[in-house]
Amino acid sequence: MTYSYFPGCTLKNKAKDLDRYGRLSAAALGVELEEIEEWQCCGAVYPQASDEIATRLSSVRALNAAKEKGQPLLTLCSACHHVIKRVNHDLATNADIRTKVNNYLELDTPYQGETKVLHYLEMLRDEVGFDTLKKAVKNPMKGTKIAAYYGCLLLRPSGVMSFDDPENPSIIEDFIRAIGAEPVIYSQRNECCGGYMAMEDKGAAQDRVEKIHDSARKAGAELIITACPLCMYNLDVNGKENKLPVKYFTELLYRALGLEEAKDNV
Amino acid sequence: MSDKITKEEILRICNVQPKKCMKCGKCSGTCPAYDEMDYHPHQFVYMVEHGQIEKLMASQSIYKCLSCFACLERCPRNVEPAKLIEAVRLAVIRQQGKNHMTENDVPALLDEELPQQAIVSSMRKYKK
Repeated sequence: MTYSYFPGCTLKNKAKDLDRYGRLSAAALGVELEEIEEWQCCGAVYPQASDEIATRLSSVRALNAAKEKGQPLLTLCSACHHVIKRVNHDLATNADIRTKVNNYLELDTPYQGETKVLHYLEMLRDEVGFDTLKKAVKNPMKGTKIAAYYGCLLLRPSGVMSFDDPENPSIIEDFIRAIGAEPVIYSQRNECCGGYMAMEDKGAAQDRVEKIHDSARKAGAELIITACPLCMYNLDVNGKENKLPVKYFTELLYRALGLEEAKDNV
Repeated sequence: MSDKITKEEILRICNVQPKKCMKCGKCSGTCPAYDEMDYHPHQFVYMVEHGQIEKLMASQSIYKCLSCFACLERCPRNVEPAKLIEAVRLAVIRQQGKNHMTENDVPALLDEELPQQAIVSSMRKYKK
């Protein structure tokens, strides 16, 4: 399967690991990621106001580029996924937004929300399959207790994101099982880390982060994994001294697939 | 002509129907930024409905909302308080000279690890 891949601004800079491990693992699983040419930053925040048009355009350009190639659009950053998936939903369901966006963009064929948007985790679940992934794992992380941190952007609003059960998700836990580790269920896994406050109100962000680490720690976790660069930053930088280590899920995938050893043997 | 922002203007921006609210308080109960806010999500719903827009526009709450959509997801009446809060914030920053943050403020807030996502989102949330 070949996907139009939208890496987004942060994966080209502070979250290079999320991107690099994701690409290498996809290649090892036979999934082809074609980076969208001249993609533009999604803006990182979905414009909720129904009269915001300009802030939706970069997403539509990427969605239309995927449509022209006849490929689904694949995201990896939680924020990019959230923004692009919701803008796509607007274009499919909101006639006013659709008309204004298309009047502005003047595409050869109007874009009407045709592209399927998938997050990397959904690709693993729905296209590769966790059973197939399990068979491809060379270094199962036996006995490691891992806390899946969903945060907010992948799950909500569930009516549009359709990612998983918003209050009792299982996709990252199933991923953790597939790489041979043990998922830990804890109450804060789908509550916001307060990342958007991290610039202006560090104290408030630190309080949120401590609640998450504390909840995961008490449930017995040794490690937290995430798909979001802002959660990664916030959980790490604004964590206390006894914070748990935080990793991108793609890094664990890469190691479980034995790609590190494969690289060393070259 | 008055430049006062009306209830109708807020509702036009966000397309929310505050009348649907049954006042269960779940939005505020689940809000992770509750302690930082002066007016809380359920108050936005009530106050917009009753035209008390100026108080909300002067409130710090509009910069404390995390856009995590917990209130929106968990509202049993699908009122979508997060959209109301964003509409009030937009009503403020769309005015000349009313940006909450600009690119000039960013360098002082940076640290070595801060992801681009944080900077981009603050410019989208706080500036027009």
